[in-house]
Amino acid sequence: MKKGALEGLRVLDFTVMAAGPLVTKFLSDHGAEVIKLESTVRPDVIRTFIPFAGGTPGINRSITFAEGNTGKYSFRLNLSHPLGIDIAKRLASCCDIVVENFNPGVMKKHGLTYDDLTKIKSDVIMVSMSGLGQSGPHSRHRNIGLSIQALAGINHFTGWPDRAPIGYSIPYPDVIIPWFALLALMAAVDYRKRTGKGQYIDVTMLETSLHFLAPALLDYTANGREGTRMGNRCAYAAPHGVYRCQGEDRWCAIEVFNDDWPSFCKVLGNPAWSKEPQFATLLGRKENEEELDRLVEDWTAKRSAEEVMSLMQQAGVGAGVVQNAEDIADKDPHFKYRQFYQVVEHPEIGAYECPTASFKLSKTPCELSPAPCLGEHNEYVCTKILGMSDKEFSELVASGVFE
Amino acid sequence: MIPEKKTESPLASYRALDLTDENGFLCGKIFADLGMDVIKIEKPGGDAARRLGPFYHDIPDPEKSLYWLAYNTSKRSITLNIESPDGQEIFKRLVKTAHFVFECFPPGYMDSLGLDYQVLAEINPGIIMTSITPFGQMGPYSNYKGADIVALAMGGLMQLCGYPDRAPLRWGLEQSWPQAGAQAAMGTIIAHYHRLVSGEGQHVDVSVRDCMIWSAYPSPQNWSMVKKIVGRTGFTAPRGHLNLRLNHRCKDGYVAWMPWRGEVTKKLVEYMGEEGVGGSLRETDWDQVNMEEVNQEQIDRWQDDIERFCLNHTKAELHNEVMKRGLMLWPMNDVKDLREMSQLLARHFWVDVEHPELNDTVIYPGPPVKTGEGYWQIRRRAPLIGEHNEEVYKGELGFSESQLVVLRQAGVI
Repeated sequence: MKKGALEGLRVLDFTVMAAGPLVTKFLSDHGAEVIKLESTVRPDVIRTFIPFAGGTPGINRSITFAEGNTGKYSFRLNLSHPLGIDIAKRLASCCDIVVENFNPGVMKKHGLTYDDLTKIKSDVIMVSMSGLGQSGPHSRHRNIGLSIQALAGINHFTGWPDRAPIGYSIPYPDVIIPWFALLALMAAVDYRKRTGKGQYIDVTMLETSLHFLAPALLDYTANGREGTRMGNRCAYAAPHGVYRCQGEDRWCAIEVFNDDWPSFCKVLGNPAWSKEPQFATLLGRKENEEELDRLVEDWTAKRSAEEVMSLMQQAGVGAGVVQNAEDIADKDPHFKYRQFYQVVEHPEIGAYECPTASFKLSKTPCELSPAPCLGEHNEYVCTKILGMSDKEFSELVASGVFE
Repeated sequence: MIPEKKTESPLASYRALDLTDENGFLCGKIFADLGMDVIKIEKPGGDAARRLGPFYHDIPDPEKSLYWLAYNTSKRSITLNIESPDGQEIFKRLVKTAHFVFECFPPGYMDSLGLDYQVLAEINPGIIMTSITPFGQMGPYSNYKGADIVALAMGGLMQLCGYPDRAPLRWGLEQSWPQAGAQAAMGTIIAHYHRLVSGEGQHVDVSVRDCMIWSAYPSPQNWSMVKKIVGRTGFTAPRGHLNLRLNHRCKDGYVAWMPWRGEVTKKLVEYMGEEGVGGSLRETDWDQVNMEEVNQEQIDRWQDDIERFCLNHTKAELHNEVMKRGLMLWPMNDVKDLREMSQLLARHFWVDVEHPELNDTVIYPGPPVKTGEGYWQIRRRAPLIGEHNEEVYKGELGFSESQLVVLRQAGVI
């Protein structure tokens, strides 16, 4: 049995790619037993994505898979084999939760809908994750995290006012939906404890993402205002932005809220311009923000981003280096202190660093173990969880259902 | 508006004391919408974040901050000065019957008031205290200040977003705040499960910066194995050695599109052909094309053609055709488009929330998740400042009217 806050919870995991596996990663990292179903024909497709450990391709060597699937059991099962669905149902019957993120309709094709599953386990909790939802006119339309960025208005609000909406190629909604999916299923577990009732949960990237833009949505529904992108500016602070520093493509973010202005000026050595009427008040600074930004950048450009951050923070002004992955992982003393990574040992990859959650639990800290090789846990799950005899297991192996 | 159905909610038997600011509002909102009794504890006069815009009808009044209203639905509100000895006593009494405390004060502040986790756990061993701060409770930067852009910058998201010829860009509206709120709620509910099984409470230490590291997934996660820094390239997606631009102009805004091998692009070419638009897309064999071998000039030609076509159409026209034909091209919706989006209307995403004091009904984004038992709902509008003082202080804690008058005059409540 695994250790952690969620010890004793068992999850049947049909999810692939990023968003779904992140839900079950956080469950697994905190002690839940997660049985991940894959097959040789249809492994989690992210197993085939670059980058691979050491640059050598291999079904068990994808870095993104290895980081997003820590501690799960991989159970190889061919759902198209005549015995496949039956075994999936046997697995579901001994799990608390079933999570899937197929395109809407696929679970139905397999005869594994919520209604099907309640026939074998009446209080099952089933979570379906999708781009746009299990119902509605767009339900079956193909979507990827990138498209939800566009549909959900995230792109519209990101960028410079004088240029097109922008995003970046990593699908941001993939790191919104998992938090809500996990919350919904854990609340359902609590509900079931009290009422004995399971339920079906339909969670979408679009609807969860919109909650991250809620004030702008109300600005439209209440005020009729269609907001737009505003670069790095903030309506009630100046300076507020990202400033060029010494070195190649080095930047520091600085945010000066009204009370912080005297401290900020002191860091700059109280230059004469800061006393001039157009900068002495917030209204003046907002009105002359472009000039202000230039003057601030004259000062930051002569210093390293780290020095700017440190001088500002010592004076109590919010500032932070625009860090790239190397800055964070290798150079940031605070990141190391928080032990965001845990090192685990993988049979093919060797020792590698895995990301933990953004929260630390004081009494039940998470303990990561490596992501599974494809089909690594068939025997364990069959004999220890499903209680099969060795003979039955061998027969099933021979039948080819575990391919 | 859906009537309050307390007994049927999953978390209705629990209470949270919510001392958060904008970094943590969403955490309490999630639980309050799930039916928990979340009491927002505001300083006398109201939360500082009630100053955040936008405002209802642009009236900058603490009761009209749409920012505050959006992220505090279904909560109750009491005012309490926890810096005063009386306030601390009252807070400790509330902790006795509470299950959760959410707070966003700088590390050390709760200790300085004698209200840190150790003290609260002595009063109530099952309490779960969730602290949400820019960098977490301990470590070299734990006293660093940071609102949204600092968390974005330090977490790695900003470095990925923008153009090579300009500064790195922030992402959307303030994203670190809801990210922190939702991820804090996730940590809290995991700790809650442990308490259900063991009876043991604990302290959940959330770092907003670490939440933003997750939002830059998987770049920082990958670093130690990949050692590759991803730079700012505008809005593009990598394909082999090339970067494909994703944003394209249309008649009334922008759409996202990239070339895909196979059927999905063939069908798009067909659609364009029906309107007499051909060009480089038509000349390409989409069954055979090897995206790894295509050069940038070819891609630019495709993108120019698609943009020329899209400029004849609105986002809505294109979206309708795309849905009908199963194409992969998406409008970059603005809020008006979203309000009218048929998928959201069909799923009853938008809900009316009564605001009797405004004599108005405001349309809110409804529950983020559809639960079979239907309990994830906005139960009522966000509370007025100290709206539930009487209910809590008189009704539950048994203070008399004259005691309340004393506490009010002294600035305790």
